[in-house]
Amino acid sequence: MALTKRIIPCIDVDIDEDGNPAVYTGVHFEDLKYTGDPVEMAKAYNESGADEFVFLDITASAEGRETMLDVVSRVADEVFIPLTVGGGIRTTEDIKETLRAGADKVSITTGALERPELVNEGAKAFGSQCIVISVDARRRFDEQGEHYTEIDGESCWFECTKKGGREGTGIDVLEWAAEAESRGAGELFVNSIDKDGTKDGYDLPLTEAVCDVVDTPVIASSGCGSPEDMYDVFTEAGADAGLAASIFHFDEYSIEETKEYLDEQGVPIRL
Amino acid sequence: MSTVSSATEQSLASVVVVDYGLGNLRSVTRGLERAGADVEITDDPDAFAAADGIVLPGVGAFREGVENADPLREELLEIAASDTPLFGICLGMQMLLTTSEEGETDGDAAVQGLDLIPGTNVRFDEGQKVPHMGWNELEVEREHPLVEGVDNVASETQPADGSVDGEYAYFVHSYYAVPDDENAAVATTEYGLEFPSIIANEDGTVFGTQFHPEKSGETGLQILRNFVEICSQE
Repeated sequence: MALTKRIIPCIDVDIDEDGNPAVYTGVHFEDLKYTGDPVEMAKAYNESGADEFVFLDITASAEGRETMLDVVSRVADEVFIPLTVGGGIRTTEDIKETLRAGADKVSITTGALERPELVNEGAKAFGSQCIVISVDARRRFDEQGEHYTEIDGESCWFECTKKGGREGTGIDVLEWAAEAESRGAGELFVNSIDKDGTKDGYDLPLTEAVCDVVDTPVIASSGCGSPEDMYDVFTEAGADAGLAASIFHFDEYSIEETKEYLDEQGVPIRL
Repeated sequence: MSTVSSATEQSLASVVVVDYGLGNLRSVTRGLERAGADVEITDDPDAFAAADGIVLPGVGAFREGVENADPLREELLEIAASDTPLFGICLGMQMLLTTSEEGETDGDAAVQGLDLIPGTNVRFDEGQKVPHMGWNELEVEREHPLVEGVDNVASETQPADGSVDGEYAYFVHSYYAVPDDENAAVATTEYGLEFPSIIANEDGTVFGTQFHPEKSGETGLQILRNFVEICSQE
């Protein structure tokens, strides 16, 4: 048997009106819906056969950060599978605090785009294995990219965005993915602004293009609506892991049935 | 940071987790507590002697790991010479060997590991995705209490003999151990080639896992229970 494909549930955690942490799920990085308590959710996923767990702090406020580190600690006490924490990480001190709180890996988006040396510093101090570089990719159908893929007969490139897709950077995702890897990123986390929350499948051309330019593991994210979507992203795009939020949160599919389906299809899976 | 075991768990053994300034010690501590140990996280060598077992945890780079642990080198060697079990996890396991290719980068001289299990750590070949990250299968090659377990601690989801043969564990590493003595491999795992995923010295009291048992769900907890059981017998 070989290395298995990983199924990773993800929760977006914000602070509610009463100052308590709460899990939300959104569409296109907006329109957030409350879906539960982060610690209880983590516990349930740990027991349901999830291969890893991703916790994204979407507060992005200084006050929220302390609360979030406390939640990370409480989550870490409940999960005996790898825990990745992302959101607002900009300095090596932020990385250190997050790992100290109990995270096994940190996911960095904007902090690394703005200061790429952060990737080198983090990898040197804590090891590449805990530095996950996350990209929020957006499809662009103009002439300003460096690497083009054909989608529905049109020539398209993928742009790195910041602030959950609200701000463009002009940086080509494939250039950045290769650079992040050479700077020491241990894993790439590929989100798609176009697919986020749509449940009509992962961005396969994007995921495949990233898998082609890097040797580090690639986690596909955004757009998963069914176990079939996971199958496609593993077999067609070559992803190492599939991340999903809403299909698991809203009990549309359980992790068990997703894994059983993939196993039946011949995908290497930990059952 | 210390955490308290729940009152329902009876402590079977006292275990020291060596704090040499790297990594996430919280998960390994929680895992050991769940497995029935009383855990102390410390860099105080005086605490080593009183413990039933020592865990050398590890995430990060070989050079930094070895350099950070260097002040404790003599004490760790003393533990290894005694009957007290010494359990290295991931980088902590790699540090049990003589040296690593990883320490030789940037033109620096090779860094000396603890040399308790003679051998070297080498990098996975080009063409393999590195790090080897994720869940992969354990194939038990020979007897050792860490993998056979003890029948009184089997849980609902594990076979009654506590064996972890054929079970999955969570790996994150770019280098793998190549012990001089082939028999040092207690279990192997396939990733482009077959590499030792659990190793032990001849006496069986110094051992390590390349994977993270504290992150390997029920299989990992079984290994930690086996370890606690080994400690309680010393």
